[in-house]
Amino acid sequence: MSDITSLTLVETLSALNSKEFSKKELNDAYLKRIGQIDPLLNSYLYVNRDSDKIPAAIKDIITVSGMQMTCGSKILDGYITPYNATVIEKLMTKDISFIGKTNMDEFAMGSSGENSAYGATKNPWDITKVPGGSSSGSAAAVAADLCTFALGTDTGGSIRQPASLCGVVGLKPSYGRVSRYGAQAMGSSLDQIGPITKTVSDARLVLEWISDGDLFDSNAEKTIFTSKKRLSDLKGLKIGVVQLNENKSDAGLDLSVLKTMEDAYKKLSELGAEIKEIVMPSFKYSIETYYSIMLSEVSSNLARFDGVRFGKSRSEFGLESKRRIILGTFALSSGYFDDYFVKASHIRSKIKKDFVKAFVEEKCDVIVGPVSPTVAWTIGEKVDNPLAMYLSDVYTVPASLAGIPGLSVPCGFSDGLPVGLQILGKYMDEETILNVGEVYELATKWHKRKPDL
Amino acid sequence: MKINKKQETRNKRQEIDIDYVAKLANLDLSGEEKKVFGKQLPQILGYINQIKQVKTPSTGLPFSVATTQSVMREDKVGKSLSQKETLSNATSTKNGQFATKGIFENEDI
Repeated sequence: MSDITSLTLVETLSALNSKEFSKKELNDAYLKRIGQIDPLLNSYLYVNRDSDKIPAAIKDIITVSGMQMTCGSKILDGYITPYNATVIEKLMTKDISFIGKTNMDEFAMGSSGENSAYGATKNPWDITKVPGGSSSGSAAAVAADLCTFALGTDTGGSIRQPASLCGVVGLKPSYGRVSRYGAQAMGSSLDQIGPITKTVSDARLVLEWISDGDLFDSNAEKTIFTSKKRLSDLKGLKIGVVQLNENKSDAGLDLSVLKTMEDAYKKLSELGAEIKEIVMPSFKYSIETYYSIMLSEVSSNLARFDGVRFGKSRSEFGLESKRRIILGTFALSSGYFDDYFVKASHIRSKIKKDFVKAFVEEKCDVIVGPVSPTVAWTIGEKVDNPLAMYLSDVYTVPASLAGIPGLSVPCGFSDGLPVGLQILGKYMDEETILNVGEVYELATKWHKRKPDL
Repeated sequence: MKINKKQETRNKRQEIDIDYVAKLANLDLSGEEKKVFGKQLPQILGYINQIKQVKTPSTGLPFSVATTQSVMREDKVGKSLSQKETLSNATSTKNGQFATKGIFENEDI
């Protein structure tokens, strides 16, 4: 049973069911592999050797009772959580145990994993490259078969982008689909918890497990996601492809990523979908709109770290956290609130309208495009240029601003590094993006490729 | 922490007064951090300021992502953390409570 760890979550459940191996053997296999591989990757900040059920990895920004939670920051060094997040309580009823807490950009702020106070996570496909962020450890751990699945959080792309850069599946559910109680807040009008998995079917299953209303998160909708029907092809579906904007928002799009996208669109068409080019005029403002809102919300959310009830002094914040707190405080300071937060909220309405137009007037079932303008870049390449780092979120932030769901599915390679296809859907319609992702995944089998570790 | 009027006016006039904003944010920045931010932040704000070029309505409610409204729970006692658990991560406690620095002058723990 040397390949237990290469099984998907669905395959693992089926193997346990038919008693091909025990839960102890399952955990032993994963713990052994973590011991061998993780020193190279630094994807875990904490490993739980007592894991005895189906082993999941949890981003270290979600509380698991009795375990540490650092949020990738020195300010929470030594903090032991006294309670479980709602998603953790829900997973515990599904026979899941938690094999470890994963590395991340400090307080989920970063697109490369390099902002962790506990060292950068490495990309399993090439350890000189970044794994993306901020759910860097969760994506790397899934890609390297160091857990059956992982949970991440996504504010502006923090599940989808690392999933894309590590060649795994990442799902950001609709805003309000999953309770965020127990996840440290970053941008409260944007944050969502979601799965990072080996396949689309696994993501579907985990979403069924974790979605629900919650008295502790008043924005969580009181509905549990359940899959109604699966598709065998894409006949009758209309897929929108956003027309490239030559002036600005597509300026950083790598030509080889574009080529991979065009191959993916062709494949979707061969599978029966009608491909329709659509125009999203407000997308070009999405980065500055997102940063105006997110920075303001960050400065407010991180004000709770005062070193009284938990955590150390505010001087322990890392450079990126300080940078964002300062920018957000400025944006909210006297005389600027209308110029930044209110203005950006109005632009947010325009971005939402662009999506409504595509989904309702143009009758698109989903919208597809790249997750990231480039493949994984070299560690250190953008650390001194925060603006360049921020611009790498260009394709993921529109869905965050509109509150709609987004899925990242592996769609090929460029220079040996994975490329992800982003599938965006209507608000609360995870079903359709998962169906499209699954049909594409089964037809292409990119997810079968594994990094050579 | 005292914010002086002069700094407030400067912040309004100029792009960003890092010392003033750091005070508002309760952050002590090192000289090196101030130097780095002094270079980077105007550049980032320059990019963000592009939102000012976008035409938007001057009135009306801006976007809200939340779809739920007036969420109230039943007035019922539920599970909560014990006093011991609540205090378990505090830097300093006194008489079963969080201990903090006084907010008035000359008030010690």
